[in-house]
Amino acid sequence: MSASLTLVILMAIMYGTGVYVMLEKSLTRILIGFLLVGNATNLLIFLMSGRAGDAPIIAGGATGETTVDPVPQVLMLTAIVINFGVTAFILALIYRSWWLANLGDEGDDVTVDDEDAIEAEEAGVYHASLDEDDEAVRAQLEEAADQTDDGVHP
Amino acid sequence: MNVLVPLLVVLPLVGAAITLILGRNPRLQVTISISTLSVVTGIAGILLFVVDTTGETAVVKVGGWEPPFGIVLVVDRLSAMMVVVSALILLGVLVFAIGQGIADGDRDTPVSIFHPTYLILSAGLFDAFIAGDLFNMYVGFEMLLAASYVLLTLGGTGARIRAGTTYIVVSLVSSLFFLAAIALIYGATGTVTMALLSTRIQALPLDVQIILCAALLIGFGVKAAVFPLSFWLPDSYPTAPAPVTAVFAGLLTKVGVYAIIRTDKLLFFAVPLAIPLMVVAFFTLVIGIFGALTQADVKRLLSFTLVSHIGYMIFGIAIGTQLGTGATIYYIVHHIMVQTALFVSVGLIERVGRSTSITHLGGLLKKAPFVAILFFIGALNLGGIPPFSGFLGKVALFEAGAESPNPLVYVLIGAGALTSLLTLYALMRVWNKAFWRPAADVKGYESPLLASVRESPDETGGVVTATLPKLMVAATTGLIALTVCLTVFAGPLFELSERAAVGVATPAEYIDAVFPGGAP
Repeated sequence: MSASLTLVILMAIMYGTGVYVMLEKSLTRILIGFLLVGNATNLLIFLMSGRAGDAPIIAGGATGETTVDPVPQVLMLTAIVINFGVTAFILALIYRSWWLANLGDEGDDVTVDDEDAIEAEEAGVYHASLDEDDEAVRAQLEEAADQTDDGVHP
Repeated sequence: MNVLVPLLVVLPLVGAAITLILGRNPRLQVTISISTLSVVTGIAGILLFVVDTTGETAVVKVGGWEPPFGIVLVVDRLSAMMVVVSALILLGVLVFAIGQGIADGDRDTPVSIFHPTYLILSAGLFDAFIAGDLFNMYVGFEMLLAASYVLLTLGGTGARIRAGTTYIVVSLVSSLFFLAAIALIYGATGTVTMALLSTRIQALPLDVQIILCAALLIGFGVKAAVFPLSFWLPDSYPTAPAPVTAVFAGLLTKVGVYAIIRTDKLLFFAVPLAIPLMVVAFFTLVIGIFGALTQADVKRLLSFTLVSHIGYMIFGIAIGTQLGTGATIYYIVHHIMVQTALFVSVGLIERVGRSTSITHLGGLLKKAPFVAILFFIGALNLGGIPPFSGFLGKVALFEAGAESPNPLVYVLIGAGALTSLLTLYALMRVWNKAFWRPAADVKGYESPLLASVRESPDETGGVVTATLPKLMVAATTGLIALTVCLTVFAGPLFELSERAAVGVATPAEYIDAVFPGGAP
């Protein structure tokens, strides 16, 4: 089995940096580390298909001699999808822990004061809009009155 | 009959999809998840019966692809047994969770997410047990792990996020080890079908085999919580809701043990694993139980006994004889049931006593005599007191060990006996403090009447006491009854375990089932 040296070196670098970053305390860095190590593992799977070759589609005139082994690609694809899902979950986890660290459990609760404030604010907006409506109607009436005035006294 | 095999995975997944859509209709969700798991339990029972009576391994080629190219699902006696036991446990704990959810007003267990996640966890578990393909097993593991991440951080409180972070990072690393091991194994042999691997691995040089085997075992060892890789477990399990902890404790570690059995017996039987496994088993047993002795929180204490008792199973695998494997299988079944039942009864204790710390609990025998009986039976069973299955399983393990004597085996038998006694000591400490001692002896005790007067002096109402929902008690009683059944039907069950062990120990049978015309 022959493999691309570039990919091997790339994989080694990704493993190394990934593990290093994963050892940090911050959850975001752990995620970055996980992504690096996960993709390094994907490269490892990819390397197992051996030498480069034609796409493994028989219809294209390719024979078994020249096509590349498709199985590692399938495995890799599945692994990528799984990593993607897990990454999404960890991002949600990071956001949640940031939320808890900054606001604490109280961040979730709407307190009574808040409710009052929200109610007052909503009432204020409502009254303001009422006032605005009144103003608009008054302006229109005045305008209409001006016009009629104009009509009577040209 | 083969039609039934994929249903084990498909049904829970379909159920998960439907319950997700029905998120706003808890009643319908409950009906669907209960009926799905009941049907799966029935199917698993039929499969176990047929596989055991005909002695034929059920093999399903998914999508009609022939084995080395397509995925195979293989149900032999061991897989069928594991699926039956886990389906029963999942069903019992689901009933308990529903009882708790209804009683709590769904605050700690938001049911709309709980049901779909729980069903996906079940699908992943069953998939891991019936996979005839290393990569499919990995997918099963990932399914159940992803579901377990969600279940462990349910509600998203600070404590659960903290515990969940440890658990998730550790699980991710172990999954990557598993995946890298699969990549290396594929590179060395050109296949991931286990039946074919079983023949091709034997053609590899021994040192390559050892490296591949070690990579796999590290991945599985983290999941099974074997000694140097077990530190994460007691920190992450206890914070989850009681039913979730119960399922995790009973089943998730055992998937790891199951995978270790397959690795050792089917794939790498030429690698001399006995001595390393025995050493690991010794430390798992002893260090785990010493941890349990110092805990005041009952959930943490039980988590440490869980880690410790994994050592028995590793010891059984290390013995290597058919008798040893049979005893291990019996012990796995026993331990799944008893550990789940105990965690579930701790859930009841938490409701009655409003705490899980033995420094705050007291007088529970008077307050809730039935819960006391349930916990007592479970505790005696785990501690290995004669009529119960814990005793039978340990005796079988020791007997199997003594038949192939070497000094290390005797050390382990000693450690096993010591662990058994110390487990009993730890659990009896819980019994004495939480149940036996009068409530008035608890430090900072305040009579419920006084407390209610102090809290609401103006009201004339009576004492508010925690009530136990009937459904929770019924589910716990059912699980404890199952553990007692293990004693009552110990004879037939042991024979079944022995037959399963014969199948596990002869890879040729497994290979013949997958490749009737001989491995390519």
